Amino acid sequence: MAAHRCNIFMLVFVLCGLTYVLVRAEIEDTNHVKDAESVAVDIAPKANIGASLRSTKTEDQTQAAEEERQWEAETNPVDAPSDNKADHVHDTMQNLDSRPAPYVKDQTQEAAEEERQWEATEVKEADHVPDTMQTPDVPPPTPAKDQFQEELVIRPLHSGDIYASFQFRTMWDTDFLRGSKVSHYRLFPKSLGQVISKFSVRELHISFTQGYWRTMQWGQPFLPSPPGAELWVWFQDTVTDVDGAWKELTNVLSGIFCASLNFIDSTNTVQPSASFKPLGLGNVTDQRFLRYAVLPREIVCTENLTPWKKLLPCGSKAGLAVLMKSEKLFHSSFHSQALHFRPVCQDWKCKSTVWELRQTLNVVFDLHTSGQGKREWSLFKMFSRTLTEACPLASSSKVYVDVTDNPQGELFELSPTTPLLSQAVVLGDRRTYSVYDLTNQATFGQTRSLNMLLRWRAAESGDMLRPLLHGERYVAGYGLQTGEIHTLMYNNHPYRAFPVLLLDTVPWYLRLYIHTLTVTSKGRDNKPSYIHYQPSKDRLRPHLLEMLVQLPPNSVTEVTMQFERALLKWTEYTPDPNHGFYVGSSVISALVPSVVAMDTNSTRECPLFSSFFPCKEESSYFMRVYTEPLLVNLPTPDFSMPYNVICLTCTVVAVGYGSLYNLLTRTFQVEEPSPGLAKRLANIIRRLRGVPLL
Amino acid sequence: MAAPLTLLLIVAVTIRAVLFRSSLAELIPERVEVVSPLNAWKRVVEGLALLDLGVSPYAGDVFHETPLIIYFFHFVSDYAEIVFMMADALTAVALYLAVKDYNKTVFRKQKYALEAERYPLDCLELIRTPKEMYYIPLKVAMFYLLNPFTILSCVAKSTCGLNNAVIALFILCTVKGSSLMSAIFLALATYQSIYPLTLFAPALLYLLQRLYIPVNWQRSSFWLFTTQYTFMYLGSLCVMVCLSFFLLSSWDFLSSVYGFILSVPDLTPNIGLFWYFFAEMFEHFRLFFICVFQINVFFYTIPLSIKLKEHPIFLIFMQIAIISIFKSYPTVGDIALYMAFLPAWNHLYRFLRNIFLVSVVLLACSTLFPVLWHLWIYAGSANSNFYYAITLLFNVAQILLVSDYFYAYLRREHHLTHGLYLKRKDGSEATLVLK
Repeated sequence: MAAHRCNIFMLVFVLCGLTYVLVRAEIEDTNHVKDAESVAVDIAPKANIGASLRSTKTEDQTQAAEEERQWEAETNPVDAPSDNKADHVHDTMQNLDSRPAPYVKDQTQEAAEEERQWEATEVKEADHVPDTMQTPDVPPPTPAKDQFQEELVIRPLHSGDIYASFQFRTMWDTDFLRGSKVSHYRLFPKSLGQVISKFSVRELHISFTQGYWRTMQWGQPFLPSPPGAELWVWFQDTVTDVDGAWKELTNVLSGIFCASLNFIDSTNTVQPSASFKPLGLGNVTDQRFLRYAVLPREIVCTENLTPWKKLLPCGSKAGLAVLMKSEKLFHSSFHSQALHFRPVCQDWKCKSTVWELRQTLNVVFDLHTSGQGKREWSLFKMFSRTLTEACPLASSSKVYVDVTDNPQGELFELSPTTPLLSQAVVLGDRRTYSVYDLTNQATFGQTRSLNMLLRWRAAESGDMLRPLLHGERYVAGYGLQTGEIHTLMYNNHPYRAFPVLLLDTVPWYLRLYIHTLTVTSKGRDNKPSYIHYQPSKDRLRPHLLEMLVQLPPNSVTEVTMQFERALLKWTEYTPDPNHGFYVGSSVISALVPSVVAMDTNSTRECPLFSSFFPCKEESSYFMRVYTEPLLVNLPTPDFSMPYNVICLTCTVVAVGYGSLYNLLTRTFQVEEPSPGLAKRLANIIRRLRGVPLL
Repeated sequence: MAAPLTLLLIVAVTIRAVLFRSSLAELIPERVEVVSPLNAWKRVVEGLALLDLGVSPYAGDVFHETPLIIYFFHFVSDYAEIVFMMADALTAVALYLAVKDYNKTVFRKQKYALEAERYPLDCLELIRTPKEMYYIPLKVAMFYLLNPFTILSCVAKSTCGLNNAVIALFILCTVKGSSLMSAIFLALATYQSIYPLTLFAPALLYLLQRLYIPVNWQRSSFWLFTTQYTFMYLGSLCVMVCLSFFLLSSWDFLSSVYGFILSVPDLTPNIGLFWYFFAEMFEHFRLFFICVFQINVFFYTIPLSIKLKEHPIFLIFMQIAIISIFKSYPTVGDIALYMAFLPAWNHLYRFLRNIFLVSVVLLACSTLFPVLWHLWIYAGSANSNFYYAITLLFNVAQILLVSDYFYAYLRREHHLTHGLYLKRKDGSEATLVLK
């Protein structure tokens, strides 16, 4: 009875505590929102058609550089604006005159809108560029502290599936490195900010992926990620105990993202020498400060999405994030959520740096399971939500729909239509996007909600451009003793050879034999020009193989390596040992010649003087391809009989010991027959009686 | 005698050369019975490849040979087949010469004993004749060279063959009485795989016996020679270890070779007792049992040396057998070495109790190894217990074989002092028992 009462008291106590916490959170939340609103107000003028000088100043350096390039593109409209960062979608306003415009129903309205857009862009550029060009010495006015941008790219895939890619960018203008303790957070998530400043992280890249990106069907993703969880971190060069910081960091991140990142230890951490260079500013390339780990077995689900959404300034309450309903997001062929933290330039002169947090979420909805086999997609069908507003804290909030394959609208019909178009060179290919600006109330129309609808006219879509680089991997051989890992790298470029960096991380229990490494392309031996091999240590560290291979044009390069499967201790097996052990994806990093540069007899209108030498930025772009993870079976002991084995083996040792002991300690003697039992008993009685013995 | 030996060598080399050219040459090196992580040729090649890549071969956990071996093969890896065939031939010739010399000593001793009438009269049956002893060296060489275990080991290019050659040379030098060479080869054998350390005692006993120095704690000559031999042994061991250090300029090899032998981290199945035992071991008992199992190998040296101090060559045989049964990564090549000595103990045949059973079990196990391995690893219709059961049986058979020979040896010695046909007090025929 007493115990019951005690329990009830405990319950009441806990409830009180919870209520208190909730109330506190509520108060803090409102404070936060107030705070954020002031920021929004601050930014509001800019968010408008905003050609104001101030708003352009607040853009970060890359943006500024882009805009400058845009301006150049306008004045000298030869080169399409481009970005050498493969993952960066680039928006440039283009004059609609240069293309037929079937997008708008009303011709007059269209014309008016066109005019307006064109004007707007021009004004913006015209305002912006002379200023930045003319007054390089005058320090720009202090920019807004933090900023937030969100965007969604929808790309219909040739297989009939649809690819949606969310990107959220939070800029954090702080200097946690110089020992100044950061206690005030505005847009940047505090939970992450504290972790990053505590562990002196320079760059952090983490991704959780469910499913495998099918490059040959879907083309290239904007941000590639391997199945499972991937984490790589560059620490500041002030960190002395990198391994210790890494260990703690993985455990903390494990808590933040509710993921099994705490399983990252020395047996799956490597320090790649060339494959993972910092993506942000800074020229520290000493691999001692880099740690890379993959958990191919990680299952990604709602519990990882919720904490990820909480890092957004608007959470999942407003803006694009309202679309993230987990029951829809995880009912898809591919789901990948990632977080990238890196230092970037604050302005175009790059005098100071800000920290960029980029959260991305990529989903591929299947034609048959999500789309019921109909080639008809809408936001509601994909996410079971429609858009009603932008995140009030966002300085820009846009939805892009890839309409490159559909210039005349003959392939699919996009409604509602939008007059805004954007063109960008993404992954070496020039793409055209319809843009919906969510900060503009007109986008939502009469119904106050945006539900884009893509309806196919033709049953089949045209041919997809084959990805120029593609990788595959499998295990050959049978039995549980040895095996061979085959990695195939496809160069689909018709005439250009290019080098790729292959990174392989293989756990120690598959003992690789580096002398069996063969690299063949087109039936001939293809000697890698650089090999970095770090052999494994049992139960300590994995194999790391990095090599630079030149891929001949239009070829398949096969890398094979033999391995031996180790028998582990019975406690080292997973609970389902016969399922097999995962080996993380190989990473192929390359500078791939661009498709744009490949296009020699361009039909595009461009002056002859500009098109002879391919422009450097466009001629190649960086790409990373992940192969499939491997599932390898290992021989298993019988888990049910440790006692039996211990007993039996000890018995055999005891037999050996016993027989030798016997021979060593005893001597040969003539056997005297021992009297029978009856006689012995009789003798005992006789002795008691005092009678002579028998 | 030279002609049959030459013929034997030619036959043995031919068999190996044919096997090297056959399709079995790819199959045999994969057999876990023939190669262990310690001596697999594949791992030597891997070590050489790592050296070529500029990575220390001991940076990983694949290569566990000693630095001298890797430098040796750095120069002769292209002629590996010839090297391994020569190593086998060398072992056989060394054993041949050693056993020949040993037989001479035994015969001479027997002659003195007979002249001194030390043997009981009814023991004439036990007296060894020159005729019977004549073919023993050849048989020893044949047992080594034509033993399928040796052939397999050679075709697999297991470096076990080299270790056997070193041990055979050590035995030859000991029997010939060259204490310096004996110490050097013993040091080399120890350097290669630690366990031959236990052969120090029999070698010392034999050399003392040869110099007619009694094992007597009070005699200074005994201490003088013992110190001398110990210094020669430790000195050459030290030279080898330091040479290895200077070759690689790091001490990594110590943990990678000796640490690997002693702590048994690699649980690849083999014919020994360690792998499954430590795969199934409870983590907190691991250290204790590793100590117990490793001490077990060295444990028998002192009692055996006391018991067999008059018979150091038999003591060498016992030690090699115990090492090959209880070492952490045994292969069939180790077994082949002590089995080569069996013809030298032909005269014990009448006292062996269960030689038939043991030889049948050994044969059956040898054939069952590949069968059950296939069932477990490839067919998936059996599990590890099947293979483990066979290793257990194989080791029990080996233990019985060794203890049987030990028993027979002791019994013959007993008969040579007490007479062959013993009588009880009441005159009836007596049976001998151990008490």
